[in-house]
Amino acid sequence: MRLREFINGVRAELPILAGAFPFGVIYGVLSMQSGQLTQGQAQAMSSIIFAGSAQFIAAQLFKDGATALVIILTVFVVNLRHALYSASCAPHFKHLSTRWKLLLAYLLTDEAYAVGIIRYHDDGLDNVHRHWYFLGAGLVLWVFWQISTAFGIFVGTQINASVRSFLEFALPLTFIALVVPNLKDRGGVVAALVGGISIVLVNDLPYRSGLLVAAALGITFGFIVDSLKPQVRP
Amino acid sequence: MNVWITLLIAGGLTFLTRVSFIALLGRLNTPLWFTRLLRFVPPAVLSAIIFRDVLLPDDALALSPGNLKLIAAIVAVIVAWRTKNTLLTIAVGMLVLLVLTLATN
Repeated sequence: MRLREFINGVRAELPILAGAFPFGVIYGVLSMQSGQLTQGQAQAMSSIIFAGSAQFIAAQLFKDGATALVIILTVFVVNLRHALYSASCAPHFKHLSTRWKLLLAYLLTDEAYAVGIIRYHDDGLDNVHRHWYFLGAGLVLWVFWQISTAFGIFVGTQINASVRSFLEFALPLTFIALVVPNLKDRGGVVAALVGGISIVLVNDLPYRSGLLVAAALGITFGFIVDSLKPQVRP
Repeated sequence: MNVWITLLIAGGLTFLTRVSFIALLGRLNTPLWFTRLLRFVPPAVLSAIIFRDVLLPDDALALSPGNLKLIAAIVAVIVAWRTKNTLLTIAVGMLVLLVLTLATN
């Protein structure tokens, strides 16, 4: 049962890897172009921070010669959305041991969360082994992230701007593949639309905090619309 | 400051963010409305990232048909909606962008 959950988690994450791989390679190349990071440092960032978009921005900031404080603050703000994921997973992880909680929290990326949480939303059955599914999804992503960023760091040559822009498109495509099939009710659709439209308006907020504001607006409006529908009581 | 120290602090804060509610809520009971609210986290956050990457290349709004990523993204949304197939969505989206890029060069 545990092994089957684990393998199913790995399998559910596999298609996502197609999108994550090019993204990891570009990070690797970009971090080397910054000229401020050694290969070891760039690779270590993939396990110390382990968050694609934050690593991109950090590499860029190192290149621009930003101060440590600015880099730390920006990475922190860009990664604050993980607190939302944490809150979302918390009720499901409540029964787990501290060791499990720490492990799954470390693996809590956009891609692992989006796949893993569906397993909890999907079936109302009292399956106590679903954290193994989450572990499978998170672990296979971790391994592939290390490999793909290493590929960019140690093998990747120069990538010009247009190739980079092309490969970067894999990330929003991955998220489209994750979001769209799960838009099953009005609340979800409103959350997605408001979150998306808001970012256009608030993207310029300092330290890339716009994403958080847009997310908060999307969540709030989704919740309000969902609350307006007549509640079905058993 | 040293690069390693910067990385460790940034990574430590990231981990604390990830572990935050998982550690805290183990001790508290979550109200039902909060659980309902959190169901809207995935669509809101991921959609904001999608819109940012597609509509705001270089942090400037690009709403014209000349924004090839916008066209490819719309096709990908349709594929994702009709097929629910992750790999197909990524593949078709990349292919559309590639063809459009080559065709307009």
